[in-house]
Amino acid sequence: MGNLTKHICKGRLIAVEGLDGSGKSTQIYLLKRWLELEGYKVFFTEWNSSLLVKKATKKGKKARLLTPTTFSLIHCTDFADRYERQIWPLLCAGYIVLADRYFFTAFARDAVRGCDRQWVMNNYSFATLPDITFYFKLQPQIAINRILDGRPTLKYHEAGMDLNLAADPYESFAIFQGRINDEYSKMAKKFNFQVINAGRSAEEQQKLVRKVVSEQIDLPAFKLRVRGRL
Amino acid sequence: MKFYGKGLPNLNPKDLLGKLIVVEGADGSGRSTQIRLLTDWLEGHGHATVNVGLKRSTLVSNELATAMQGNILSPITLSLFYATDFADQLENTIVPALKAGFIVLADRYIYTLIARDIVRGGNPEWLFQLYTNIALVPDAVFYLDVAPRFLIERNFQKNASLNYWESGMDIHLSRDIFDSFLKYQRKMKAEYRQLNERFHFEIIRGNRSPRAISLEIQTKIEKLLTE
Repeated sequence: MGNLTKHICKGRLIAVEGLDGSGKSTQIYLLKRWLELEGYKVFFTEWNSSLLVKKATKKGKKARLLTPTTFSLIHCTDFADRYERQIWPLLCAGYIVLADRYFFTAFARDAVRGCDRQWVMNNYSFATLPDITFYFKLQPQIAINRILDGRPTLKYHEAGMDLNLAADPYESFAIFQGRINDEYSKMAKKFNFQVINAGRSAEEQQKLVRKVVSEQIDLPAFKLRVRGRL
Repeated sequence: MKFYGKGLPNLNPKDLLGKLIVVEGADGSGRSTQIRLLTDWLEGHGHATVNVGLKRSTLVSNELATAMQGNILSPITLSLFYATDFADQLENTIVPALKAGFIVLADRYIYTLIARDIVRGGNPEWLFQLYTNIALVPDAVFYLDVAPRFLIERNFQKNASLNYWESGMDIHLSRDIFDSFLKYQRKMKAEYRQLNERFHFEIIRGNRSPRAISLEIQTKIEKLLTE
């Protein structure tokens, strides 16, 4: 148990991972736009966005009720809700599912928070491995600067303040992101991440992403067929 | 105390000085009556006592209640929601109470959660891993064993109706709630018997007077407290 396996559905799952500020959301958005405009069946899903679960997560974060264990479990619950209701059925139906963060985010964050790695992996083992995982690799210092440039106030958990790494949120954020980066690096080989140098221009990155996708996925099979008029 | 598995981050189980006592059993098996009697008895003897139960966490109990109203959540999501509720109470109520040397009386524990999900088709290994990694091994687990046909009588005496979930209506064993209740509770009973092999419960014959049952449990707890 705790072994992750890959689905045998008609659909394909593409996940993006990387530090906050690595630009992965922009990249997956551009990928989504391209696939949509080309007329493929696409569905997009985002970390921590299930409506019902999100309410509890928000409350927990606000009141700082969360421990590493409940933090892990509530994110897993959120993921399961999206997985069971959308990701899995859509994969079965032959969609290209795009996930902005997937269970690797939990593996990295929860490990940094001290949860047992095997336990976390087992908890997520109901879900399939992605067909392609893009990892947007960026030096933590650059990612940190990007975040700090745009959004000067850091959220408590985002900065890893619950870990008591440093009294100063900026310092804490830097240490926390550094550790998450280490976790990603460890996973990159094991899970066969497609590593994208996130220090390059957005256009260059997107070009590479589209190239990998068209090489590894038989895109014409995912054309949305519209019956009737034409 | 100790954990079944690797345990919770940043917690040494040696710091837990209290006792964790679990009462398990179906709806109508007399759990809450027994917990009340035990609380009185323990407090009467000067033991600080805390009661916990399922679906009582600050973190997710409201959301769980909402989810139970309709078919909003899929099975794995619901399992994980319950696990979150359990973990929240474990870390925010049970552990602090045990650190302070309290006796914690738990109205159901991971066993009910595991049994319910297995009966609903959940993967047993996944569930064992999910819960046992974080759960403390209780000092005692009393399982109130009552035959389903007696459970029905007690449920009718109490509410004059059967609960949708406790009748397993969500897994479509029968369209008839009476029939479904019996089938579901038999499955649950079989599952507890399985779990007993792994977790070793004290099986208490539940179809007796509450006083008699309480006395039996009290004798066992007394032994535990003098150990």
